[in-house]
Amino acid sequence: MRTAITLIILVFSGTGGDIAVAYAMKRIGEVHSFSPMVILRFLGRAFREGWMWLGIAQLTLAFCSLLALLSWEAVSFVVPAMALSYVTGALGGKYFLGEKLTPLRWAGIGLVSVGVALVCLG
Amino acid sequence: MKSSKTHTLRTSILVVLLIILNSAGNFFFGLGMKRIGEVHAGSVAALKFAFVAVFSSGWIWLGIISMLLFLGALMIVLSWADFSYVLPATAAMYAVVPLLGHFVLGESVTALRWTGVALICAGVLFVAQTPPSTTEKS
Repeated sequence: MRTAITLIILVFSGTGGDIAVAYAMKRIGEVHSFSPMVILRFLGRAFREGWMWLGIAQLTLAFCSLLALLSWEAVSFVVPAMALSYVTGALGGKYFLGEKLTPLRWAGIGLVSVGVALVCLG
Repeated sequence: MKSSKTHTLRTSILVVLLIILNSAGNFFFGLGMKRIGEVHAGSVAALKFAFVAVFSSGWIWLGIISMLLFLGALMIVLSWADFSYVLPATAAMYAVVPLLGHFVLGESVTALRWTGVALICAGVLFVAQTPPSTTEKS
């Protein structure tokens, strides 16, 4: 039971955090150069975004849940089980970020999901 | 606006980097927590002990550094690529983590779990056939 609850917290806080970070990055705009100054300026702008901090807060919660889960479950179970976030992430991308998911992308996500189920059952 | 080919190449390079950093981070966290042992959250003293044990572990710090680099690379790639593209594309780490878990940490990985890993990799290949970005840039 505690594994299921911790896993749910891990998946939803991790996905929420990633969506918030993705939204912050979309607001800032595309990185066109990989020079250190451009990257530093980009990171500086990112950390002035409220969405970025909301994302970091949720990712921190996910991190703490991950550490707790790893203390009693095997890494070869925990990490594949975390792939549930691929489905929640795709839905988040579609409904919160306005991404267009083609049938091919949904098929890929479906295969990933079935794979995750098998990994967890294994 | 960069060409589609340039976007795909840049996205692919960063996705490989994300896979390596995330796999390394999870591996170091797993190693660190196995050495610390099970965390009991029954009392403040137990939590304090766990906190000190976690943050005095070199493996945990290696994991944190890997994950911070992962976050930086993720932020950069998300500045142009779809989240629903990047996230499943990084699922290739599922081929790396069970390998590390099995051969380095001595964990058992069943045939069913390996089948799941193969399906995940096939799914990643499907996602990789789609354009990295489907949203309009502002």
